[in-house]
Amino acid sequence: MTNETQTSEYLLQVEELKKYYPVRGGFLRRKVGDVKAVDNISLELKRGETFGLVGESGCGKSTAGRTITRLFKPTEGTIKFEGRDITRLRGSELRDLRSDIQMVFQDPYASLNPKMMVGSIVSEPLVNYGHGSETKLKDQVMELLSRVGLPQDAYYKYPHEFSGGQRQRIGIARALALKPKLIVADEPVSALDVSVQSQVLNLLKELQEEFNLTLLFIAHDLSVVKHMSDRIGVMYLGNLVEVADADDIYHDPKHPYTQALISAIPRPDPRNKSDRVILSGDVPSPQNPPVGCPFHPRCPKAMPECSEKKPQLKEVNTEHRVSCLLYE
Amino acid sequence: MSSQEALLEVQNLHTGFTIDGEMHHAVKDVSFDVAPGEVVCIVGESGCGKSVMSLSIMDLLPRHNGKIDKGQILFKGRDLASLTEDEMNNIRGKDISMIFQEPMTALNPVLTIGTQMDEVLINHTNNSKEEIRRKSISLLKQVGISRSDQIVNEYPHQLSGGMRQRVMIAMAIACQPQLLIADEPTTALDVTVQAQILELITKIQEEVGMAMMLITHDLGVVAEMADRVVVMYAGQVVEDTDVDRLFYEPKHPYTKALLDSIPRMEETREELNTIKGIVPSLKNMPQRGCRFVDRCPAAMPECSEVDPQLGEVEKGHAVRCILYDTSHPEKRAEV
Repeated sequence: MTNETQTSEYLLQVEELKKYYPVRGGFLRRKVGDVKAVDNISLELKRGETFGLVGESGCGKSTAGRTITRLFKPTEGTIKFEGRDITRLRGSELRDLRSDIQMVFQDPYASLNPKMMVGSIVSEPLVNYGHGSETKLKDQVMELLSRVGLPQDAYYKYPHEFSGGQRQRIGIARALALKPKLIVADEPVSALDVSVQSQVLNLLKELQEEFNLTLLFIAHDLSVVKHMSDRIGVMYLGNLVEVADADDIYHDPKHPYTQALISAIPRPDPRNKSDRVILSGDVPSPQNPPVGCPFHPRCPKAMPECSEKKPQLKEVNTEHRVSCLLYE
Repeated sequence: MSSQEALLEVQNLHTGFTIDGEMHHAVKDVSFDVAPGEVVCIVGESGCGKSVMSLSIMDLLPRHNGKIDKGQILFKGRDLASLTEDEMNNIRGKDISMIFQEPMTALNPVLTIGTQMDEVLINHTNNSKEEIRRKSISLLKQVGISRSDQIVNEYPHQLSGGMRQRVMIAMAIACQPQLLIADEPTTALDVTVQAQILELITKIQEEVGMAMMLITHDLGVVAEMADRVVVMYAGQVVEDTDVDRLFYEPKHPYTKALLDSIPRMEETREELNTIKGIVPSLKNMPQRGCRFVDRCPAAMPECSEVDPQLGEVEKGHAVRCILYDTSHPEKRAEV
C-alpha cells in the first residue's frame, strides 16, 4: 500500500503500541518492574467507522484509549493520525492535534468542573483554540447544546443540576465543540441506567453520521459494543486477542477468550439460556503476566506449547485477525 | 398466595426518609411474596427503591432519618418490623442473610477472613472455637475457594473481587438461612467472574434449598436466575409475574419499554428504543396519579388523576396500570 491510499482510508494507525508503568520499590525507590498495561497492540481506524474496544477491567482498554489520544506518553510503538506520526509530538504541535482528537469520559460526575457553568464548560475548547467572538461563541454553544438534546437554559446552569444522562450529553457537546475527526469514548454509558443508556447510545450514533466522526468506543459490555461498532477489538491483559467485524465477533468468534466472553453474558431471554463456558480463576496481574499466551492459564483449549510461545495477531479470514496458536 | 405457603410476605410497605423535616417515601405501597425455595428477582433502575426495600426487610435502614412508615413484613408469619433489636439479631444472619454489592466495603479490612467468618457462627451456634474454624474452612471450600485453610488467615485486600464475593456468600450461607437477600451481587464484577458467581449462587441455592431475593438492574441476570420477577419503578411495584411471562408477555408500559431499550447481541438494530426523560427524584415524585406518566408512551389524561393499583390481570400476573384496571373496563378492551 502506498502512503497516499493509507491516508485516505485510515484515519488512525497504531502499530505495536506499548504502555508500561514503572513499579518502584525499596528505600531508593528504584524501578523494580513494569505494569504492562498495554503490551503490544496494533489496530487501525477507518474514516467514519466505529471501532469498539472491549475487555474486562484491567485489560488495558482505557490506557490504550488514552495513549492513542496522547494523554499518556507511549512507551514504545507508533501512532499515526492521518498518515502523520504523532507518537512523539510535543508542545504546540500536540496542542493542535487535540482539536482533532477529543474524548468523552466514563464518569459524568467527575469529568465536568462543578464550579463552571455548562456554557463555559462547552465553550472552553472554542475559547482555548480561538474560535469566534464572544457573541458568536454563545450561538455556537447554544447550537451544540440543542444538538445533544439539552434545553437552552442549560447554558446558565451548573453540572449538579443535571442527571447522569444529561451530564453525559454535556460531555459530548464539549467533545464536539471543535469539530474533531476522532472521538474516543471511554465507557460513556456504564455509569447510566438502562433507559438512559439507550438515549445516549442513540445520540452518539446520530452524531457520528451527522458529523462523519470516527469513533473509538471503549466499553466492557459486549452487547453495547456490538450495537455501536462496525469492527471490534477484544483485549485481554494488555493484548489485542481478536479483531473482526462486529457480526463476525458475535457469530464466529475464533479466540477461546472471545468465545468465553460471549457465552458469559447473561441473555435477556429465559427460554434460550446460553451454554456457558465458565472460565476458572481470575485475570492475572499485568505486572507479572504469564509467559507465552497471556490467556493460557484460564484457557479451556490450552495446549502445552501455549505456555511457551506467545501468539501473534494474524489474519485468519479477510478482516478477521486472531492471536491464538490454534490458528497458526 | 395464602400465608401458610409464603416464606416472606411484604404487605403495603411504605419506607420513608426525613429530608428537611419532611417525610419522602422511597418505597411506597410495595407488596409481594416469596415462597420457600423460590428465586424472586427485584428489578429496577437506580432510585426505584429496590435496595431500600431490602434494607427495610433486614432492619438496616439508617436510624437517624429512615423508617418504615406503614405496612408489614411477615417472615413465616411474624412481623419483622415489630421485633426488638435482640430478636432481629437472632434472625439476621441465621434465618435471613444478605450479600451486598461491593464485597470490599462489606468486609472489614482489618480482620482476617477467618475471624469474620467465625463471627457469624459464634453468634448463632454454641460450638467450640475449633469446630467453628473447621466449619468456616469447609464453607469456604463449598464456595469454591481452593486454599481455604490458608485463606482464613488472610485479609480481604489479598483477595480478588470474585474471591471476596465468594467469601461473602460463604458467610451468608453459614447458618443455612431460609432466605438469602442478594443486592446486586455481581454488579461490581467482570462478566466472566459474574458467570462463575451466578453459577455458584444457583448451585448453593439448590443445595441449601433456600429462597432467594435477588436484586438487580440487569435483565440478563434476571432471565438467567429468576423464577418470578417483581419490577419496581419509583418506589412502587409495577409488575409482578413469572419470568417467562415477564420477558415474552410484558404488560406494563415501563416493563415493555425497558425490555426494548437494551441492546441485544443477536440482533442488529440501527436505533434502540428509549424511554424519554428520567426517573423522578424522591423530592419531585408526582403526588397524584401514576408515577410513570411523564415518561409513558401510552399515557392518557386520566393517568395523572387516578392512582393506579397493583391488580391481577390473570392468575399470577399483577400489573399497576389503569390500562389493565378492572374498574376501567372500557380502556382494558383497547389493549
